Amino acid sequence: MTDILRPKVLVVGGGPGGYVAAIRAGQLGLDTVLVEASRLGGTCLIRGCIPSKALIHAAGLYEQMAATHAKSMFGISLGRAPELDLTETVAWKESIVDKLSGGVAGLLRKAKVKTLAGWARFSDAKTCTVDTDEGLVRIEAEHVILATGSIPVEVPGIPFGGTVISSAEALSLPELPKQLVVVGAGYIGLELGIAFAKMGTQVAIVEMRDQILPLYDEQLVAPVRAWLDQNGVNLYLGARALGATGDALEIETNAGEPMSLPADRVLVTVGRKPLTQGWGLEEMALAMEGHFVKVDDRCATSTTNVWAIGDLVGEPMLAHKASAQGEMVAEIIAGHRRCFDPVAIAAVCFTEPEIVAVGMLPSEAGEGTIIGQFPFQANGRALSMDAGNDGGFVRVVARADNHRILGIQAVGVHVSELAGEFATLMEMGAVLEDVSGTIHVHPTLGEAVHESALKALGHALHI
Amino acid sequence: MGLYHFRLPDIGEGVAEAEIVLWHVKPGDLVKEDQSLVDVMTDKATVDMTSPVEGRVLAIHGAVGEQRAVGSVIIELEVEGDGNVTADAAVAPLGVLPPPEPAATASPLSEVPTQVETPSAPARTPAADAPKVAFATRAPAEVPLAAPATRRRAYELGIPLQFIPGTGPGGRITPEDLDAYIANGGANSVQGDTRYAVRNAVGDTRIIGMRRKIAEKMQDAKRRIPHIAYVEECDLTELEALRVDLNANRKDGQPKLTLLPFFIRALVKVLPDFPHINARFDDDEGVLHEHAGVHVGIATQTPSGLMVPVIRHAETRDVYDIAVELIRLSVAAREGNATREDLSGGTITITSLGPLGGITTTPIINHPEVAIIGPNKLVERPTVQGSFVTVRKMMNLSSSFDHRIVDGYDAALFVQAYRRLLEHPALIFMD
Repeated sequence: MTDILRPKVLVVGGGPGGYVAAIRAGQLGLDTVLVEASRLGGTCLIRGCIPSKALIHAAGLYEQMAATHAKSMFGISLGRAPELDLTETVAWKESIVDKLSGGVAGLLRKAKVKTLAGWARFSDAKTCTVDTDEGLVRIEAEHVILATGSIPVEVPGIPFGGTVISSAEALSLPELPKQLVVVGAGYIGLELGIAFAKMGTQVAIVEMRDQILPLYDEQLVAPVRAWLDQNGVNLYLGARALGATGDALEIETNAGEPMSLPADRVLVTVGRKPLTQGWGLEEMALAMEGHFVKVDDRCATSTTNVWAIGDLVGEPMLAHKASAQGEMVAEIIAGHRRCFDPVAIAAVCFTEPEIVAVGMLPSEAGEGTIIGQFPFQANGRALSMDAGNDGGFVRVVARADNHRILGIQAVGVHVSELAGEFATLMEMGAVLEDVSGTIHVHPTLGEAVHESALKALGHALHI
Repeated sequence: MGLYHFRLPDIGEGVAEAEIVLWHVKPGDLVKEDQSLVDVMTDKATVDMTSPVEGRVLAIHGAVGEQRAVGSVIIELEVEGDGNVTADAAVAPLGVLPPPEPAATASPLSEVPTQVETPSAPARTPAADAPKVAFATRAPAEVPLAAPATRRRAYELGIPLQFIPGTGPGGRITPEDLDAYIANGGANSVQGDTRYAVRNAVGDTRIIGMRRKIAEKMQDAKRRIPHIAYVEECDLTELEALRVDLNANRKDGQPKLTLLPFFIRALVKVLPDFPHINARFDDDEGVLHEHAGVHVGIATQTPSGLMVPVIRHAETRDVYDIAVELIRLSVAAREGNATREDLSGGTITITSLGPLGGITTTPIINHPEVAIIGPNKLVERPTVQGSFVTVRKMMNLSSSFDHRIVDGYDAALFVQAYRRLLEHPALIFMD
């Protein structure tokens, strides 16, 4: 006997896009069902953003303690070397994930959203069957929000399995790899590679292109590059990964020579692709755009009342974009007039040091622009955190004629927390004078933002 | 204490406005939640609106009998807490509500100014008041710059930001820019560098009385009747010669003749061959009443608008008789003492503007009649006769027919037969 549910809204996927859509729909009084096969929270919460940040935090702490053991820092010294038990680190990380996943469940309950654990399979655009522990449930919804997210991409010839792992497995390893080779120097590979390097793993990074973090300019990634060099991370740029042998990764260097990099783990982080297989997308007859589901500026697909959000609909594949789209779609279904029109979506890399970027890079802004760059070397707060010598800075890109801010980036310790101010400046349509006219708190890293605007206006104070 | 605006809710599919039938409250009253505030009537039903909040009535908008738009504020309440109105939000309705608050006919019961006037104090619309404020012009491809709240409000109101001048730094569209744009009815308040002043005044006139009757009747005719228009050219040289001669030789007591009595006599002559054109169509019942008598409505401009007095039983009158009756009816209509009898019962209508008649008109049929003819202006025009170009007195004859009753073919036959009479006026008077 199959149960049949006929909700107003069916959300497929419990990640940051889907669960936010469901909560907002619930808040708006819409009868909502959310289907999630795994745990609530999606890639972001279970095997992405949050667990990686936990691991990165632990790795950073270990690295500092190890440094203190090697040589007294700020008068602090350790008598013996710190020890790392990765299973305990992973357990601590899991406790955070559990807490947040449980929190999502609670929020959904509070919003009166019915949650089904199981894999949805669509038979047409508005109807799906979910195989739950309690049996089959058929759902016939008035509105469907697709939020199935994305999965890691494999490198041809190096399938996942055995020693070859994706970012998901890297966050739950039973023991620390001795030699880790990371394929792909995007932000995921660098964040994890750096974290393992801090924990004592010998890390090598292989990247097909000539630059790490290819989305940013060389100036912005230079401090990260410098950290890798100083910490013995071998970087193979312009190199191709050919195959994994079990204890090594075969590559072809940029000189065209074969090389074998010893590795007890190979972490492949060459990108992610939308999850479009295995849940009946082919039965829904939706228009596609490349690998992605095609949507308009309201996240409407080609079929009426079928909506798609997040990684499924295109770049940037970021949790906060998915959430914003989810919230918007719920409001549209509730009868509000909305469209997705962000000026810019900020992105953050939790590398060492961190990078935050929003809007245009100087190279993208082109002519008629002015740039103000201010180094953390001249920022008191950065120095007081021993973070003044990593080459970090804040850089603002503005139009020369009217001083409108086109983009703003920073690299340095803890700069990810500046993302909110950066995004606000972009969305409010700020000009340099708005920043220079805002009193920034002393002593904080934010003063460097203020100074970068002053610099662009030609009168920085502390440089 | 907060301000709570009670807006006329969406009361049903397709209902855009509702009529205030009965107020249950007046300014100063304390109301409880769920207490009746006002009865409103739509085409479908009378609905009792109850208060969603507890509070004190500050103002009510709309006199009994007045139509109010769905979404317009009809009651302002003072409530505990924040209410649902902020100074900014209160400006929004300006752009969306179809009928602007009729300032001249504001409810006699309302003791405070209507809400739209409150927030748009002069200080809030600098762009409208100072048309010379500089702003960066925006290239077509350039994305307009505005804060998220401004963007959202504009989007909700269906206003593309591209056309709103931005007076903020960097060409940013400020909330005030949006207010000014809305206050100007979407007009670009800040024009280019020109010596001609912008005219922003809007005069609101309530369409009432005779004007409203005309509006309703025209609307009704256009909605019900699928009109076909037909225009033919007539040579009135002979008819004009006859008319001039009759006037030159008229006896004492005979009125001067215009062309209209001849047109009417010609109708009397031609209509028996086209009985379905001299008729009244009761489309609710689906019955066409073909009249033997010819009752000709004459579209007449009066100081308060268009009226159509009727020459009854034109078949019993000669041209002089008709001319006398025309004078009587037009005087009665203009002076406002035409009787109901004078103004009803037509079976066909003539609408002529004489020298203002233009080349072509597409007259609206006087429902429930099925035809209307509109003689255009009479002019001397070169025409070809045999191998010669000669000057003739020509007149176009416009006409409209109810296509439910009269097909194009019949309409053409009718007009051609009518034209034959006008071009050979002796035929009008031959039995």
